[in-house]
Amino acid sequence: MQLDRIDKQILELIQTNFPVVSKPYKLIAEKVGLEEAEVINRIKKMRQAGIIRRLGGLFDSRKMGYVGTLCAMKVPPQDIEKVAGIIAEYPGITHNYLRDHEYNMWFTLLAESEQKIELILNDILSRTGITQILNLPSQKVFKVRVKFDL
Amino acid sequence: MLNKLEKQIIRELQTDIPLVPEPYRLIAEKLGISEQELMDIITKMIDRGIIRRFGAALRHQDLGFVANAMVVWEVPEAKISEVGQKMAEFKEVTHCYQRPSRPGWPYTLFTVVHGLNKDECREKAQVIAGATGIHKYELIFSTKELKKSSMKYFID
Repeated sequence: MQLDRIDKQILELIQTNFPVVSKPYKLIAEKVGLEEAEVINRIKKMRQAGIIRRLGGLFDSRKMGYVGTLCAMKVPPQDIEKVAGIIAEYPGITHNYLRDHEYNMWFTLLAESEQKIELILNDILSRTGITQILNLPSQKVFKVRVKFDL
Repeated sequence: MLNKLEKQIIRELQTDIPLVPEPYRLIAEKLGISEQELMDIITKMIDRGIIRRFGAALRHQDLGFVANAMVVWEVPEAKISEVGQKMAEFKEVTHCYQRPSRPGWPYTLFTVVHGLNKDECREKAQVIAGATGIHKYELIFSTKELKKSSMKYFID
């Protein structure tokens, strides 16, 4: 899908501060000079094309009492598929990537408490037979940027 | 920390805002509150930072940011704060975290560096190394996305 100038304008407007007003799409429409229905239609198309992954809230998990960590494992090549399948079952694991490193599988984990994190990691180790894992919770955040210039 | 109504609202907002002229009215009706009450609570959650960002999450591969590298840096404890802040200033750096070192794993600062391609990520890492004086680092590229989903809170 090719984005035109108006699509980009709309994305710019709804990326970080989606209007919290009774008729948000009408407000956006007024800013870009379109009809409300046309704005809804364009957002719908970008959502369907996957350019917009989701239109909603991104939450601060810490402020809601969740704790998170980044983990890296050394997974033998022949076990990657099996291990990835097991990892995918945990709802608190939102991202899992293969990377070109001896620690080749990297995932993020969110849970309600440190104890829950420990339980899940132990569960993963016993189910996968993996022995080498790095548990790397963040100690300080210097930057998280979720907005991109268009 | 969060009351029952706030948790219900979070459950609604972690999926998609409805594409109808009055989306808040629709959600409010579902929760049995007024549209105004819902908008007030959302605004408060944004002010409190519970909602970090409210809007469209974009798939950035489609917007020209085709490559990114996790760059891990071996930074001595005493310099972490200074170096972390300096790295965070680069616009190509979207994430910068301090994490603990482990036996055989000396890296203490983690950044995500974006570029148009892998070489650009490498060049940018070199620039950051020059600017911070941290020359022990590794670029770790992802080769496959196995899972990427939005976190679902308060589902049980």
